[in-house]
Amino acid sequence: MARVIRVVLAALILLPLLAQSASIEIRQFDDPVTERRYQELTATLRCPKCENQAIGDSDSPIAGDMRDRVYEQLQDGRSDKEILDFMVRRFGDYVLYNPRLEGRTLLLWGLPAALVLIGALVVVLMVRSRRQASARRLSDAERARLDALLNRERNE
Amino acid sequence: MTRRLLLLLPLVGFLVLGGFLYQGLSMNPFERDSALMAREFPAFELTTLADPERTVDASLLEGQVTLVNVWGEWCPTCKQEMPQLLDLADRGVRLVGVDYKDTREKGREFLAEFGNPFEVNIFDPEGTLGFDLGVYGAPETFLVDAEGVIRYHHTGYIKPEDVREVIVPEVERWRE
Repeated sequence: MARVIRVVLAALILLPLLAQSASIEIRQFDDPVTERRYQELTATLRCPKCENQAIGDSDSPIAGDMRDRVYEQLQDGRSDKEILDFMVRRFGDYVLYNPRLEGRTLLLWGLPAALVLIGALVVVLMVRSRRQASARRLSDAERARLDALLNRERNE
Repeated sequence: MTRRLLLLLPLVGFLVLGGFLYQGLSMNPFERDSALMAREFPAFELTTLADPERTVDASLLEGQVTLVNVWGEWCPTCKQEMPQLLDLADRGVRLVGVDYKDTREKGREFLAEFGNPFEVNIFDPEGTLGFDLGVYGAPETFLVDAEGVIRYHHTGYIKPEDVREVIVPEVERWRE
């Protein structure tokens, strides 16, 4: 009886491990550079079915299909851009975690840069106006008053 | 006075950003335009579900407005959608099915049980045509005009009211 329980327990512990290993494909790469490109591409392509997962992290069937295509196309010697174009033609810009710089995304990319520039301009203007204010020459009346104040102690 | 108003600028910016993000909360991320809109139906060469000897290609869709429905026996929503597709066929819409990632037996059983509104069913066991169509789940429905260009893409379930309110008007629009 104890033996049966032990076997069942062992099976229960091992079962999730098995399920986990089933979802990870084993890919053969000719060189480490291609392997790294594969990792990068599957990390920057977004799964169209699941809301916020890269295809490299997703178990959904479509993510698996997309990983297969990325792998096949890398083996065919396609460039990263060609592979991304291939995916965008089918699934739209949605699959890019890194939106491309184009007419429609100009605001997206340009706004943060524009805000930084505006901020820098404001800082420069403020510093400059403050410096000018402190370096202003004293008028004759002010100078006379300053002299009077400075000399007051001496005269007393 | 104008300097005072300038101080309100960051608040205005914050409100605009807040409104923008608030609106995003209620948006459905699955309602997005198909990448294939206004493009030709992708080329393919596959057999039909009924006849493994008969090969069809994209010329199947030329000549008249066709509704292409991607389904599979494994897809529960496709079963719920079937009455709407039968209704569309009754209204004289030409339907072509794509049996997506299925086996031949299961696909045939499905049609025998739930009805067959399709003129032809393209058998796509590997999902290659589905992939070229940018299908990421079933059901998905494409409206293809007489020139073989994709004109409308419906992602997911066609509700009973969608038949009259969305699909039929789209079909009529592209028939002209």
